[in-house]
Amino acid sequence: MRLRTVLPLVMLAAAYAVISLLVTNSYYQLMMTLVLVWASFGLAWNLFSGYTGLISFGHAVFFGLGAYFTALGQIYFDLTPWLLIPVAALVGGAAGLLIGALTFRLRSHYFALAMLAYPLAILNVFMWLGYQELTIPMKHKDAVAYMQFTDGRVYTLLAIVMTLAIVILSQAVERSRFGMALIAIKQNEAAAEAAGINTLAWKLRAITLSGAVTGAIGAFYVMVLLVVTPESVFGMLVSAQALTVTMFGGVGTVWGPLIGAAILIPTGQILQAKLGAQFPGIEGVIYGLAIVIVILAAPEGIFWRVRDKMRKRTGGTALAESGAVSIPAAIEPASTSVPRNDGEIILSVRNLSKSFGGLKAVQNVSFDVQRGSILGIIGPNGAGKTTLFNLLNGFQHPDAGEVLLDGRNVFGESPHRLCAAGVGRTFQVMRPFARLSVADNVVIGAYIRAADDAEARAHAADAIARVGLTGAANRIASELTTKELRLMELARALAGAPRLLLLDETLAGLGANEAAEVVTVLRALAKQGITIVIIEHTMHTMVRLVDRFVVLDHGAVLVEDTPQAITRDNRVIEAYLGTKWSAHA
Amino acid sequence: MTLPILVENFLQSLMAGLLVGAIYGLMCVGLALIFGVMRVINFAQGDFMMLGMYAAYFLFTAFGVQPLFGNIFGPYVAAFLAAPILFGVGYFVHQFLISRVSGTRTAQLEGEGHYAQLILTLGIALILQNAGQMIFGSMVVSVRTPLSSTAWIIGPLWGDFVEIFVNKARAIAALVSILVIAGLVLIIGGTRLGKALRASADDPIAATYIGVDVNFAHRIAFALGTSITALAGGLLAPNYPFHPFVGLEYVIIMYAGVVLGGLGSIIGAFWGGMTIGIVQQMSALVLPTQLQNSAIFVFFLLIVLLRPQGLFGRVTERT
Repeated sequence: MRLRTVLPLVMLAAAYAVISLLVTNSYYQLMMTLVLVWASFGLAWNLFSGYTGLISFGHAVFFGLGAYFTALGQIYFDLTPWLLIPVAALVGGAAGLLIGALTFRLRSHYFALAMLAYPLAILNVFMWLGYQELTIPMKHKDAVAYMQFTDGRVYTLLAIVMTLAIVILSQAVERSRFGMALIAIKQNEAAAEAAGINTLAWKLRAITLSGAVTGAIGAFYVMVLLVVTPESVFGMLVSAQALTVTMFGGVGTVWGPLIGAAILIPTGQILQAKLGAQFPGIEGVIYGLAIVIVILAAPEGIFWRVRDKMRKRTGGTALAESGAVSIPAAIEPASTSVPRNDGEIILSVRNLSKSFGGLKAVQNVSFDVQRGSILGIIGPNGAGKTTLFNLLNGFQHPDAGEVLLDGRNVFGESPHRLCAAGVGRTFQVMRPFARLSVADNVVIGAYIRAADDAEARAHAADAIARVGLTGAANRIASELTTKELRLMELARALAGAPRLLLLDETLAGLGANEAAEVVTVLRALAKQGITIVIIEHTMHTMVRLVDRFVVLDHGAVLVEDTPQAITRDNRVIEAYLGTKWSAHA
Repeated sequence: MTLPILVENFLQSLMAGLLVGAIYGLMCVGLALIFGVMRVINFAQGDFMMLGMYAAYFLFTAFGVQPLFGNIFGPYVAAFLAAPILFGVGYFVHQFLISRVSGTRTAQLEGEGHYAQLILTLGIALILQNAGQMIFGSMVVSVRTPLSSTAWIIGPLWGDFVEIFVNKARAIAALVSILVIAGLVLIIGGTRLGKALRASADDPIAATYIGVDVNFAHRIAFALGTSITALAGGLLAPNYPFHPFVGLEYVIIMYAGVVLGGLGSIIGAFWGGMTIGIVQQMSALVLPTQLQNSAIFVFFLLIVLLRPQGLFGRVTERT
């Protein structure tokens, strides 16, 4: 971690500490601690939900388990919270792992709502066990050894340390392959798998880490209040608190929860203190109105709103700083010396079949691809081209057949393993990571073969150079043209050093000149020894690009031949245009 | 405990579950309509229901429904009058708030605007709960009708034993719920409005291309969903005392029911709500009262984890 990024945080923490030391009113002392507790909780939530995009409505389950673990450990075993809080983190982490393993089979909204059920199910169990209200036993003798301080400012200082640690942890995650994997999952889980990311493993790590951090925060919260009830730690409003501070401030950045908590918690508390007694309810109304108004003005949270505004004003210089990657020119392309068409078979497909119910999407497809060659796959819409790709890169499990990659059977392996074995892929529908720079987009594909972040950056820069996007490496993806996006996706696939590239309609939506540019890039890649299998509709371009064609129709191979032969083949014309036309051809 | 008593308890709980389940079903249908058409998770749905309960209560006690229709029919008339009021509330809440972070506008927002929708509806829920407390007070109230304390008796079914008590107010509420859902299914299946709603749900952009006003369809779905849940609240009011924060309890039941049924399916949502009602009441046979809600959630998790698309949902994953 660079000093430059840590320094402002440390200064911010120091400033907060100074202010908190000046506060003598115990009510405000508590408030300053609670701001940090809820900010930390938001950060922990963000660590999982913000980066993976899987919204959890149930983070109170980790918070509550940590809280009750610490309370019960003190009441029944007289253990010190200095020991219990780290163990509470282990409890939260274990709960995260278990819940993740059970619940990750659910997608999007189902996942979010299923998460809601965990804390609520447990809440009632604690009620039934008779733990409606637990008070931490007071220690007058060894107060400090039991984390009990008469001066509320000590709790604030502890909370500052805790929050700072979580911020630094979050930033470390954000900038590592861990964070990149999570962001890739958020954008498109399928594409992430194809880029060699074991999505389930990363999601489990994320929820375990997030659960562990949350468990520790819950444990600390109990020590601040010295009393715990099921509703105050497992309740729906607790889970909602994490969402609220984070979404209000901005999801997917450490600043979001900090900003959100710093604004919302004091606002709520002060309103309650000043107005709640005289007009019960008015504080909630004002608080709710404030949330509604702000979110209508800044639907993605305050941080992103402000940042987008500032970027517009400064004309994009803000991001140049973040992506100031010097491109190492000395890196050699993966394998320059492999000659083309030496007759060696890299991919051999035998009798591959896949049915969806009664529909035979791919039936008995067989073909070979020579190393360093370009194979074109054509066929009318619905011929099974994309399904074939899905079978080859592991998105779908074939029913029968054989797939040999360099002589090794890879039939039915998962996408990230196939990617590691050297199969790269791009998609018909582009899914760039809109807020990331080109370099960051591409680096996600590079982690599969990189030992550390620096190496991944170098591989990414190399891949960007090979598609000719070096000049645009620091621009953010949402500013790119279609052609540049296509090239960027190509670079992302290349960054994983594939031996075999599956390209799904890479030329779609490009003008003739743009298509020609991309074709030049593809030819150069083939010359460097990368084998390419490409799906494309524009015959005009394809005839000049590919070495051989496989024509699919109704899921089966119609013809396999050279471009010259294909264009004269009556069966191909018939499949594309119908029998009437083939008579005239 | 002898066998007849066991059987009686079992049937009694089952009956209670069926009756309360039908009303839960209606609540869930309101929510499912909103979610199914708009894909918006609305956390304020329980609070709209609370408004429906209070609207029914005040219509009944203060706006002449009780003297005009009496204690027997009055509560139901009030519930049905509350529905159009909440339709209006839903209509305007969508127009001025929800529509600004949902629908065709938000496709380019991070997470398709879900973050903004969640927090917006949480904000609305806060406002409704607390404004409710300011206006209605925090006292627990209920709509009083003699029906809620009288019952029809089925049986004895087994010699002199096994008599099932069917609470009249609950039975009527359940029957009304089922009729309303049947009517709704006919509207959605057969009318032009229903087609517009289904088209908007299926693919909002394609619906726009064929001339459906998707924003308007969303507004109607939101208002209709709000009013249906409010009606369910009105029907529940004679049997369940309520307060301004009652929405929190029910919004979770509603989501559990909707997810169980398979997100987006109207009929599925009804059966999901019904299932929740039955599990809740039947669990009382074997579990202490405090664990009844835990039973719901554990059952809910089991079903969802075993059948990720819900009981009635279809698998729709596109590459």
